[in-house]
Amino acid sequence: MSTSGFSGLFLLRDRRIREVAYQVVCIAAVVAIGWYLFQNAAANLARQDIATGFDYLSREAGFIISETPIDYQPSDSYGRALLVGLLNTLTVALLAIVLGTVVGTLVGIARLSKNPLLSRLMLAYVEALRNVPLLLYLFLWYSAIIFTLPPVKQAIALLPGVFVSNSGLVVPAIVWHSGFWTVIAAIAAGVVAAFAWRTVATRRRIATGKAVPGWPVSLTLLVLPFVIAIAVFDIRFEFDWPELGRFRLTGGAHLKPEFVALLLGLTLSASATVAEIVRSGILAIGKGQREAAQALGLSSGRTMRLVILPQALRVIVPPLTNIYVTTFKNSSLAIAIGYPDLVMVSNTIMNQTGQAMEPIALFMLVYLGLSLATSLLMNWYNARVALQGR
Amino acid sequence: MSTMANSGEEQIAIRAPAQSGGLGASAYFGTPANTIVTLLCLALLALAAKVAVSWLVINAVFDGTPEDCKASVGACWPYLTAKLRYMLFGIYPFEEQWRPLTATALFILAITISCIPRLWSRWLLLGWVVLLPVLYLLMAGGAFGLAEVPTSQWGGLPLSFMLTFVGLVCALPLGILLALARLSNLPAIRILAVTFIELVRGVPLISILFMASVMLPLFMPDGVTIDKLLRAQVAIILFAAAYIAEIVRAGLQALPRGQTEAAQALGLHYWQYTFLVIIPQALKTVIPPLVSLFIGFFQDTTLVTIVGLLDFLNTVRTALRDPNWQGIAVLEGYLFAAAVYFVFSALMGAYSRFLEKHFRVGYD
Amino acid sequence: MKISVRACRLAAGVLLLCSTAIAAQAATTLETVKARGKLICGVSMGTTGFALADAQGKFAGFDVDVCRAIASAVFGDPTKIDFVLTNINTRFQSLQSGEIDVLSRQTTMTYSREASLGIDFGPTVFYDGQGLMVAKSLEVASAKDLDGAAICTLPGTTTAQNLADFFRATGKKFELVVFENPDENNNAFFSGRCDAVSSDRSDLASIRAASKSPNDYLVLPETISKEPLAPAVRQNDSNWRDIVSWSVWTMMAAEEKGITQANVEEKLKSEDPEVQRMLGITDELGTMLGLDKAFGYNIIKNVGNYAEVFDRNLGEQTALGLSRGPNAQWNNGGLLYAPPFR
Repeated sequence: MSTSGFSGLFLLRDRRIREVAYQVVCIAAVVAIGWYLFQNAAANLARQDIATGFDYLSREAGFIISETPIDYQPSDSYGRALLVGLLNTLTVALLAIVLGTVVGTLVGIARLSKNPLLSRLMLAYVEALRNVPLLLYLFLWYSAIIFTLPPVKQAIALLPGVFVSNSGLVVPAIVWHSGFWTVIAAIAAGVVAAFAWRTVATRRRIATGKAVPGWPVSLTLLVLPFVIAIAVFDIRFEFDWPELGRFRLTGGAHLKPEFVALLLGLTLSASATVAEIVRSGILAIGKGQREAAQALGLSSGRTMRLVILPQALRVIVPPLTNIYVTTFKNSSLAIAIGYPDLVMVSNTIMNQTGQAMEPIALFMLVYLGLSLATSLLMNWYNARVALQGR
Repeated sequence: MSTMANSGEEQIAIRAPAQSGGLGASAYFGTPANTIVTLLCLALLALAAKVAVSWLVINAVFDGTPEDCKASVGACWPYLTAKLRYMLFGIYPFEEQWRPLTATALFILAITISCIPRLWSRWLLLGWVVLLPVLYLLMAGGAFGLAEVPTSQWGGLPLSFMLTFVGLVCALPLGILLALARLSNLPAIRILAVTFIELVRGVPLISILFMASVMLPLFMPDGVTIDKLLRAQVAIILFAAAYIAEIVRAGLQALPRGQTEAAQALGLHYWQYTFLVIIPQALKTVIPPLVSLFIGFFQDTTLVTIVGLLDFLNTVRTALRDPNWQGIAVLEGYLFAAAVYFVFSALMGAYSRFLEKHFRVGYD
Repeated sequence: MKISVRACRLAAGVLLLCSTAIAAQAATTLETVKARGKLICGVSMGTTGFALADAQGKFAGFDVDVCRAIASAVFGDPTKIDFVLTNINTRFQSLQSGEIDVLSRQTTMTYSREASLGIDFGPTVFYDGQGLMVAKSLEVASAKDLDGAAICTLPGTTTAQNLADFFRATGKKFELVVFENPDENNNAFFSGRCDAVSSDRSDLASIRAASKSPNDYLVLPETISKEPLAPAVRQNDSNWRDIVSWSVWTMMAAEEKGITQANVEEKLKSEDPEVQRMLGITDELGTMLGLDKAFGYNIIKNVGNYAEVFDRNLGEQTALGLSRGPNAQWNNGGLLYAPPFR
């Protein structure tokens, strides 16, 4: 700082220049370091004859992926293999998010139960999950599944056609001969119609103060399109019953132990954190709200569902976003127990092509996109919840 | 990667009032529904106790050979005693294992002492400055008659502690600077900081570890190599810095503007008021969430297993490869590791709650 | 203030550069190794018979002995080695970056690895091939019977692809379960999650040896690929590659000439001119590569000949119980053929 008696204007100019200089130097340093690293990498790649670029994406992958939500053969390209990996990541992470939220909310409410036994038990649940690394749990769940369940030859038949063994859970599958999309459309139409009726009914009840038939009409609307579809259209399907073959259970739909262990790990881990958030969210709602609701004669279940939770959502949703983003990122631990997610597929590609930079950059980009998308979606939802609260 | 989730809500959770009332029998058997809940909980507890006791004690093998364990359906305690040293210290030379043992003991002792707020002083800091080189010397050797042990042979619990502690100590200043940069008035600096923080927070730790272990060597000039351990350590530091930055930022933003204005009015320079006035106050408020973050990072260091470092989880896993014990004591190994992680994490969690209370009392 | 962030990072970078963990390489690998006083050898994370640390942290195995031979050639002392555990993902990176001097880790020599990974391979130390192992209780005699089976494997570069090709060629189906890590892979196989496990035959023997009851498992007769396992070094250092190659060939030639760890002293008096050259009695072959002239003697004295190394780690009387098969000397129906020492 200038200590001489120059005018304030000069001093200001001086500071501005300094600020600009700071920034220029800073950016220059970042660019220089980046350029330096880039030069090194380029030289190293050239010296070691390592291939670069994204040409590999269109080459034949040649390896098998054990779980493929879309059709995939070893003769397909690396690009398609990556897509399969991405879909697997999305499947397991989204399922874990939904299940984790449901379980976590229940645990969070139970944590506040007046019954000390229940609340302590739930505390133990949360502490056990939060104080042990997720990766360790994944190894533990996976080992527990494959070592404690019997091999497939001695599979336990839970129900006719439902088998559980250390090779996973097998249930009968439905094979559609025709009319699959008709049925889907009918179910969707039913859900939309029932939901629409409920909204209309609630509005009318609030407007007129008269009771409007709610669930009987909803139920009819829900089932009707389905019945019509079956009556009118040609719908044929049959069950594919699992059978014990020479080695494996053939037929039916399979839930592999790798998937189950990962889903279990992610769900439990998310549920413990959700529980803590829900708990603090509920505690943030004033005692008066609960007392007022009880004074109106609402049962404690309805108080929770209609009064407390909707308000608590405003406190709950922002930290929930963090958990959802974390769950997406945690799903990358799939590699440890052999579930073919994006990272595992990328890793195999790295092994096969010898190219490391491109696959890593690619999956980092995907996770960045997923994190961003989750944040945006949750911000949008948060804005909605916040508005309703007013 | 569980870190993010750990950081925020811990302190909210603590604010909850203790369970009100509930001392009498009515808390357990007040209403029919409550009675059912109590009975269900009791049944669950009884079942868990029965399984635990029969596995850990009744059916367990306390003394014997792998064959005894194979024949038994209970826990296999001889496995733990046979493999304890390997699980704790990995492939560190066997005769030299007193060194990591001493180092770990000293470290835990020093941490315990440092946990007492009354003892926080310059002397404590000085103690650490002296202790760290001593610990490094103990581990690495090469002087005072200690045989040299390369980092490639470090492993087990000391390695996990080191990755966590060094990671956080180095990440803290970096995180503070990033937080300041993010709140800066200068757009270029702000954008750079935001980019770095959001980039790192948006990707899984495993991808950063992959990058460090596979890609980093490519970015080094010809002939310069960084060893595997240091590469992972750098990855953890950068990762931790981004998360610390966000916590520190929250602390900075929570400070009343008056602090800055008063300091400026006194004629203090930016660096002076930032480091003498703002940062000390901000740090004080964020200590409890920082400790929660540390718990998360302690657990996250297990991910180095995936890039092939012998941290504690990985030594527990590779111990299972012993031909004599193959497939016999898998659950025992993992449960032992879980117990160790649980004890350390739960202690840190309890400490975080203590600090929370301590500081609140201080301010009220 | 960002300046200081950068400044700190720069300072950190400089500190890093100064720290001992960063080593700048001298011109050649041999000079680096000699200056360091130790060979740094990359081995696997733990494979019975190839590289496994015992409870005292002492390494033993076939791959380890290859390292010991190289250390003997360079220093005359098989203990001047640091072993670095490498995993399947990062093994080549460790070599490329100079973290290790030689990779001795059951690694298959292939065209694309030599051409595009910046590495060179030494001579094949073990002729291997991918096979399949099943539990005897399944009563399977041939890989062709495995229609519909679940097969566990590691994500090697070609393991999964070979399986896919083999089953496609025979018109059979199978379920593939790929694991990142040998521990999960082996556990899944032994627990019955998979019916078969597929890997290099040597590796299968190793998995089998490490099981509770090796006799319950059977390696099927089919070999579905060629897997010549060889040590690898960084590209463009032919002197170092020569040292690695001739260390291996010394062990092979020693077996051919009947020189063993026990009789190497007597053989110093041998009349055979090639033996004399090998052991450094006449000619100074070693010095041409920058080694001691007695490097051959040192290797055999410290490590032994190929047969001794094989029998000690993999042979019939070890847990792996492998026969020499293709890894016998050329004059004995095998593929081992060391070039002449002259």
